[in-house]
Amino acid sequence: MNILYFLVGCSVLMALIFLGAFFWAYKTGQNDDVHTPGIRVLFDDEVIAEKSEEDHFSS
Amino acid sequence: MEDQSKTTTKAICYHCGEDLPKVKYQTDDKDFCCAGCMAVFKILSENNLCNYYVYNNTPGRQLKNESHLEYLDDPKIIDQLLDYKHENSSIITFYIPAIHCSSCIWLLEHLYKINPAIFSSRIDFLKKQVTINFNHEEISLRHLVETLNQIGYEPLISLQDVVKAHSSSVDKSLVLKIAVAGFLMGNVMLFSFPEYFGLSGFEKQFQSLFGWLNLAFSIPAAFYCGRDYFTSAITSIKHKHINLDTPLALIIAVLFLRTAFEVIFATGPGFADTLTGLVFLLLMGKWLKQRTYHHISFDRDYRSYFPIAVTTIQNDKEKPVSINDIKIGDRLWIRNGELVPADAILMKGDAWVDMSFVTGESEPIHKVLGEIIYAGGRQTTEAIELEVIKPVSQSYLTGLWNNDNYKNNIEKQNFNDSVAKYFSLGVFLIAFAATAYWLFQHDSHKAWSAFTAVIIVACPCVLALSTPFTLSAILSVFDKKGFYVKNTDAVEELAKCDTVIFDKTGTLTSNENAEISFNGSLTNEEKLIVASLLRNSTHPLSRHILKALNVERFYSLKDYKELVGKGLSAKINNHVIYAGHLSMLPVTVKSVGETGVHILIDHNYKGCFDIKQQWRPGLGQLVSKLSTFKLQVLSGDTDKDHSMLQTIFPEKTTIRFYQRPHQKLEAVISLQEGGNNVLMLGDGLNDAGALKQSNFGIALTDNINNFTPGCDAILQGNSLNSLPNFIQLSKDGLKVIKISFAIAITYNCIGIYYAVQGTLYPLVAAVLMPISTVTIILFTTLATRWFARKNKLI
Repeated sequence: MNILYFLVGCSVLMALIFLGAFFWAYKTGQNDDVHTPGIRVLFDDEVIAEKSEEDHFSS
Repeated sequence: MEDQSKTTTKAICYHCGEDLPKVKYQTDDKDFCCAGCMAVFKILSENNLCNYYVYNNTPGRQLKNESHLEYLDDPKIIDQLLDYKHENSSIITFYIPAIHCSSCIWLLEHLYKINPAIFSSRIDFLKKQVTINFNHEEISLRHLVETLNQIGYEPLISLQDVVKAHSSSVDKSLVLKIAVAGFLMGNVMLFSFPEYFGLSGFEKQFQSLFGWLNLAFSIPAAFYCGRDYFTSAITSIKHKHINLDTPLALIIAVLFLRTAFEVIFATGPGFADTLTGLVFLLLMGKWLKQRTYHHISFDRDYRSYFPIAVTTIQNDKEKPVSINDIKIGDRLWIRNGELVPADAILMKGDAWVDMSFVTGESEPIHKVLGEIIYAGGRQTTEAIELEVIKPVSQSYLTGLWNNDNYKNNIEKQNFNDSVAKYFSLGVFLIAFAATAYWLFQHDSHKAWSAFTAVIIVACPCVLALSTPFTLSAILSVFDKKGFYVKNTDAVEELAKCDTVIFDKTGTLTSNENAEISFNGSLTNEEKLIVASLLRNSTHPLSRHILKALNVERFYSLKDYKELVGKGLSAKINNHVIYAGHLSMLPVTVKSVGETGVHILIDHNYKGCFDIKQQWRPGLGQLVSKLSTFKLQVLSGDTDKDHSMLQTIFPEKTTIRFYQRPHQKLEAVISLQEGGNNVLMLGDGLNDAGALKQSNFGIALTDNINNFTPGCDAILQGNSLNSLPNFIQLSKDGLKVIKISFAIAITYNCIGIYYAVQGTLYPLVAAVLMPISTVTIILFTTLATRWFARKNKLI
């Protein structure tokens, strides 16, 4: 059962790493705006090429 | 998608979605309501940005009048605005009120297509901010802002830098503390579980390891996460006053000390699980309390209304100067539509000043040379020259904010703090009684454990949680109905109000819907002539009247002249036509009212268009629902609507006109001195002082993105009729808090029963606390929803 000492150490270490990751993410501002990225990801790059042909403005 | 957009474009403008006038602008098979919308479309299509119209139908907004941006060439002002500057790249953040849909995000993040000197742009949608990284050697700041203006996204650059004041609403360190507390709680629970299930003989070797680990985790829980409770408790004791944080700090301390003793002397497992759980939940409650609408600013003052710079005249040359640098004696050059930023004397020009910001009066006032024009007035005619007599910070209007007597005399005490005193007293009494009993029995060990256990069990944690949970649930109900309250404390203030004061213009009347009537008669031919003239003007009145006339065709015209702010004239089909203010007509017309747009065709006076503000619908009902409150109407306007107001309001209502901002403020103060809790509804800067002084100030607005003065809540105009329901729900909310307090006391009594006997096992404490917490959170959420439904708010 002495393996438990090692496992307990591992679990605390893992948890600390995750906590550290959260600290880093928060301090670099990754949680500042949680709304816009959700919209941004839906923009389609291919529509641009297709639409630009069609809607080309002739002056 | 394609078909749908084609059918909709037939009736409305492809760009902004406004109804098309009979004569529309067309380009590229698309219809537009005005030249402005068409111009935006042309720019976008030239730059291959027509995707803008793909994500949403009619995403645009109509362009407003042009603004003067010369001040953006001044390096001193540029430095104030820029976030960052290095070599050839600069970063700036603008607040753009027009941002409202995903098309806006798409377009503003593709600015680099319009001008390659813009490296990148990024939007924060909720804050309506765009951060632009650009090459300042290739594109000047002024050019950048002009580019934004051209596509219909005018940034708002005001003296109070909206962008920088808008930092996150929640204290950043609180979130980190919650993260740490959650981490600690999870780990402590993990190491406490074996204890809960009982340890078999050979597992006992781990007991002390788990104990020491738990103690190690308790240290940051008590001294990092719980530090604020200690500092708050110490300061409140120094002021000889007990707030809710005092018993909480005591509990955290006792829990920590007892855990430390039990682990060090190996007498038991300690209360590390209760301690970390408590701290985590308390911090969550605190977070709910601090959370507010970060996209709405409640603390705006005059600085948000004022521009960042103003044009001055130095040695006969125009020069933009930052508002803060204006000195007494400076000559200001104020153009049509610009704000007078400091009290000044009129030196040159014809001044018609709209003082509605300051006094609430809707009609512009004529000022003669040598007269003082107070800060906050908006010039409505040609450009004028002024000499400053007081610096910006000491002007008449700004003085309202520097008034010292705001709210200081009102002591805000919420339910929690008033209960905390008695609660702490009761807990101490029981704890000392139990200790005394066991000491009398010569059992010092039990005396110590009973004392600590009573304090642990009688935790006012529920009290600290039920208030934020209930009130934030109420906030979200309000939010869906267009009533945005600043924070949870304000909801408690709302519940206490017993007097309601209304402002008239913009509050009882609506600024959006103006009713246009014509005094006199016009033939169809004459209507066409008038419409053809008005079509050329961008003045809001012209647009309103043009919309009301809705003619089918226009004549061409000659000799078009626009006297800024006064009126228009032109020659149409050999008729000479004038439209505008009475003073611009070439003949004097007697026995007609001053206001309105007067029409003169070929020296024959035809009559005038009268623009009346409409009363908000349902006012009578609203007033009758508020019959239990003391009502008052304070208007800055003239008494022309007195009889109308008397029919709406009950007889005993005080209705006063010609109220200056200071008088409104004094009216609120005198009511408060009479022991009333005042709810004030207003809309303009002229109400700002009274809104701030009142116990609960509501700023009414038809567009949530418009500027509203500093207040406790912002209410959308169409939700005004729900006001009595809002007040009732806030009162019900306080009821919910009181009931949940009673539930908490029941749990405490069970816990204390074990605690005074000195037999509280950590497991009981660890189970009792989450159960009571969960019960309370469930109860508050459900009860709030039930009351909201009862008040017809969901």
